[in-house]
Amino acid sequence: MSIQIRPILTALRRHKAGTVLITLQIALTLAIVCNALFIIHARLASLSEVSGVDESSVFVIKNQWATEWPTAQVDAQVQADLLALRQLPAVRDASPANGYPLQGGGWDNFVTLTPEQTQPTTDSAVYTGDEHFIGTLGVKLVAGRNFRPDDVMVMGTQQAVTPPTVIVSKALADRLFPGGNALGKSFYAMGATPSTIIGIVDPLHRHGVSQWNKAYAGQSLIWPIRSADSRGLYYIVRAKPGQLAAAMREAPKALYAQSRLRIIDAKDGIQNYATIRHKVYDSDRGMAILMGIICVVLLAITAAGIVGLTSFWVGQRRKQIGVRRALGAKQRDILAYFLTENFLISTAGVTLGIVLAFAFNLWTVTRFALDRMSLAYVGVGVIVLLLLGQGAVLAPALRASRVSPVEATRSV
Amino acid sequence: MFAYYFQLGLRSLRRNPVLTLLMVMAIGFGVAASMITYSVFRAVSGNPIPDKSAQLFIPQIDGWGPQQNLKGEPAEAVSYIDAMALLRAHEAKRKTMLYQVLMSVMPGGDRELPIAVNGYAVGSDFFAMFEVPFRYGGRWSEQDDAARAADVVISGELNQKVFGGANSVGRTIDLGGHDYRVVGVTSHWNPRPRFYDLFSTDGFADEPDIYLPFTRAMDLKMYPSGRNSCRGQLSFTNWTDYTQSNCVWITPWVELDTPAEVASYRSFLTNYAIDQQHAGRFNWAPNVRLRDVVQWLDHEHVVPPESRISLVVALGFFLICLVNTIGLLLAKFMRRAGEIGVRRALGATRREIYAQYLIEAATVGLVGGVLGLLLTALGVSGVGMLFPPQIAQLAELDVSLVGLTLVVAIVATVLAAFYPAWRAAHVQPAWQLKSS
Repeated sequence: MSIQIRPILTALRRHKAGTVLITLQIALTLAIVCNALFIIHARLASLSEVSGVDESSVFVIKNQWATEWPTAQVDAQVQADLLALRQLPAVRDASPANGYPLQGGGWDNFVTLTPEQTQPTTDSAVYTGDEHFIGTLGVKLVAGRNFRPDDVMVMGTQQAVTPPTVIVSKALADRLFPGGNALGKSFYAMGATPSTIIGIVDPLHRHGVSQWNKAYAGQSLIWPIRSADSRGLYYIVRAKPGQLAAAMREAPKALYAQSRLRIIDAKDGIQNYATIRHKVYDSDRGMAILMGIICVVLLAITAAGIVGLTSFWVGQRRKQIGVRRALGAKQRDILAYFLTENFLISTAGVTLGIVLAFAFNLWTVTRFALDRMSLAYVGVGVIVLLLLGQGAVLAPALRASRVSPVEATRSV
Repeated sequence: MFAYYFQLGLRSLRRNPVLTLLMVMAIGFGVAASMITYSVFRAVSGNPIPDKSAQLFIPQIDGWGPQQNLKGEPAEAVSYIDAMALLRAHEAKRKTMLYQVLMSVMPGGDRELPIAVNGYAVGSDFFAMFEVPFRYGGRWSEQDDAARAADVVISGELNQKVFGGANSVGRTIDLGGHDYRVVGVTSHWNPRPRFYDLFSTDGFADEPDIYLPFTRAMDLKMYPSGRNSCRGQLSFTNWTDYTQSNCVWITPWVELDTPAEVASYRSFLTNYAIDQQHAGRFNWAPNVRLRDVVQWLDHEHVVPPESRISLVVALGFFLICLVNTIGLLLAKFMRRAGEIGVRRALGATRREIYAQYLIEAATVGLVGGVLGLLLTALGVSGVGMLFPPQIAQLAELDVSLVGLTLVVAIVATVLAAFYPAWRAAHVQPAWQLKSS
């Protein structure tokens, strides 16, 4: 069976408007669908970013002090609080902190290799905590050692403290010392004195998940600091397996028993990691859902449009189809005719669509610093649309193929 | 005639229910997607203080230099030293420095636990500059600024919590262990985006609870609870060191009414930077900015990229729906070529054919618009699933959005119908009569 393309093209020339409309529709659909797929994929990928935290049993308490105490008094209260938390039956460990992974934004410092450097080597999220910090989060120590109690320094309100020891994430270690021998090396993180790497953890996510963090993904450092900031601090708490809910109930009671001059917000003062993760990726998840809905509805509407217009064409050409059938064309010839016709239009559409797709992507790249779309998405989009076109045209084409040769003799 | 064509339109729509349904769905979904994303976009991209946005300016001074500034741009806030210089200058009619503070209302009365309160340290001009509405009382005076008075303006919400909503002006409130005199209670005031503090917020935060004198906050050495951004080596361990550092944390605002005042303030800023350069504090040429509210919102990219991208995608989606509608209308109209031929032969003018088919299209648009409206209402209430709550709650279905939805649906459908109607009007009667 040979398919004659020339007669199809000649016929299309008589239906310029319809042809142009379907081409345009397919082109626009492709442009939007593959960009949407790209956005969905990127957003879903960030939804499942690894934090390094034992998320099933860790929760965070945001503790604000009600009144301004001197540093020594704040520190005494923090130590008493930690002791109380660690003694709770449902609690495995607890640590003071200035923030936590996936918080949504927080403290970060420039990092340099020498003190006189004005241009930073890179940027790192900064966590502060005591010798329980790593164990509480459940972060894996892959080299070196944890902090010892005598490493831990106390930091008062808005004080710039630079401890001589530091634990870094593997991503930061590799970025600073690509040779892989970061242990024992030193760097500067906006301090006058260096910090020496005593341990490496992997992985440990930054506080933030926003676009500008991407360049520094996974780069974080932990300083052995117990915060005695008069404004407040975070307590990170790890529950014993299966006792998260109980620990979250006990913890604030234990803290209020220590002192009532504190504020733990009723709404978001205590959050487990399910909530934290859900919140921080709100807009990513929203975008993915929105794009998903748009994709599905768009494809449905485009398919419906093809069905509608092809049905109209079939209706218009019943007589010609009858003539062809009377002259010996088989049913499958008619079927092939409409499938080929659609394939030609779709091909023109996707060709134009590829250009539009990249144009749209370029706009998002220049305007919002999003990533460039890989060819794979366009490839998937093209295949989806070609199949969609063939699928949509099938029903009208089958109807056309069943046109009886007798039609040729009617109403002439 | 209109009513008759409208009836004809309805009848014609009933004739091919599937085709009609397709068109109505296309218009409905297209217009709903556009309207939902537009309602969010409108909320985040609006001018929060339209009548004064051209008179309020934020001065910026580069205290970091070309090596450490933001790719040539000065920092988004100023350091304590520069803030003090701006505060001392009398170049602007009104001015305020501001930064975020976190305090607590101490237990008292029947409250056993302290309440956290967020707010701002501001100058007395703040309230007039930003048109803060008062329920009771008003701002503190300039003398109070100078006297570093323990005055406070509280929000209506905090007034409800602490004073049960009564007029609390003149009463005392214990904030973090210090007594403050309430001088004013605001009515609900939370402009969004929060143009006056884009340094510490993304523009969409909850309403602040308190405002206290900036000078008082300096006296009490209140560290900022919001953002703080520094360069180089940090070594401060106390308030004095911190205030002398290059850390930026204070947002300055000035009110300038005429272009002459703006020009004069701009040259004041430049001269200040030149003086700093001569004094050896800045080792670089003056690098200052003076942006008004709209320029500042734009510079700070307040509209989330999600909102912009989804609006564009939704508009593209609507465009596709329209292209689809053109195709379907074409199919629908041309199917009735014979009927048109008869009407033309019986004396109908092209104009009448046009009118009939455009009205039929408008009928589709109307029905599509109604469907779109239902979907928009559904979408706006479910938009919380798609956008972060503080942004989602801004999207609302108001009268203007309802009107816009219907108008857009009808206008777009009629526009889409122009070509199919033109084709219908140009049907050759002779041809049609011959072959049927």
